Amino acid sequence: MSVAFVIVSHSDKLAEGVVDLAGQMARDVQLRAAGGTDDGRIGTSFDKVSAAVAELRASGHDVAILTDLGSANMTVEAVVDFLEPEDAAHVRFCDGPLVEGAVAAAVTAQVGGDLDAVQAAARARELFG
Amino acid sequence: MGSEPVSETLSVAWALAWIRGAQAVLADHRMELIDLDRAIGDGDHGENMDRGFKAVVAKLDPASGNPEPASVQDVLKLVASTLMSTVGGAAGPLYGTAFLRAAKAVDGEVDADAVVALIAGGLEGIVARGKATTGEKTMVDAWTPAHEAAKEAALAGAAPAAVLRAAADAATAGAEATIPMLATKGRASYLGERSIGHKDPGATSTAYLLDAAAKAAGA
Repeated sequence: MSVAFVIVSHSDKLAEGVVDLAGQMARDVQLRAAGGTDDGRIGTSFDKVSAAVAELRASGHDVAILTDLGSANMTVEAVVDFLEPEDAAHVRFCDGPLVEGAVAAAVTAQVGGDLDAVQAAARARELFG
Repeated sequence: MGSEPVSETLSVAWALAWIRGAQAVLADHRMELIDLDRAIGDGDHGENMDRGFKAVVAKLDPASGNPEPASVQDVLKLVASTLMSTVGGAAGPLYGTAFLRAAKAVDGEVDADAVVALIAGGLEGIVARGKATTGEKTMVDAWTPAHEAAKEAALAGAAPAAVLRAAADAATAGAEATIPMLATKGRASYLGERSIGHKDPGATSTAYLLDAAAKAAGA
């Protein structure tokens, strides 16, 4: 069961950009952008994040979710709280610096890392201590 | 009928009046909340609260085709899920979780103790989601005194409406008390010392919400 990603940002453009950037080094990894609100403003969307997680779970992936700012963390944590326990065990909020963390975590998933390894990589400790 | 102690419990009609009243007051104070949030945040709080509560009230409209909520708990759950998905900023998950925990805390008609449990649930939800504590210049600084005041009023034998009034007044005072605070949580904390001298928008909207709850109960 490979790890796939949901990139959550307040900005749709930022989420898409991080997906492009991380995907360049992790060609076989599934990445989904969930940026901005439902009506395209700056913010985060519970529904967008939920839908992306559900789609990746339905195709059998473990899911790592990365975020840009604190209120995105709250949206993601709320999404995870609402999951059924059998899904929640396969979905992880990975805290860390978004750009560096997403690249490091996606590369880790590309070489077969599991959810624990991906979460550790998302912290980008070699860069941020 | 006339001698029924109707004021001892609050029904679904109260909850509906509360949420409609909250929508009206948040619409009235939209610019104030935007200005408060512009000073120390991203400026979206007034817009987000207005949008969120308008969406809730739209779902309560019989013409929407949604089933009419049958209990206080149903109303609170509807508020929770709607805010969660329509409010783009931090207030969505925060208030969404608060209303969800509040819903779980009440079952059936709401007496004075249930009002305390409802507010305790809201506070617990905010704290769990935002991981904030008092004195950090957040909505916790309105919810915490509101819960304390509600508890005291209920212990003293107050009716639900008076418990809500005590909570609302304490929340209003709590929001005012955030003005001299240094923000250490959320995006306002990036401003450091410059966050001092501004009222926290989340604490302010909490005070409006609880005031609407008291007014809907006739207090």
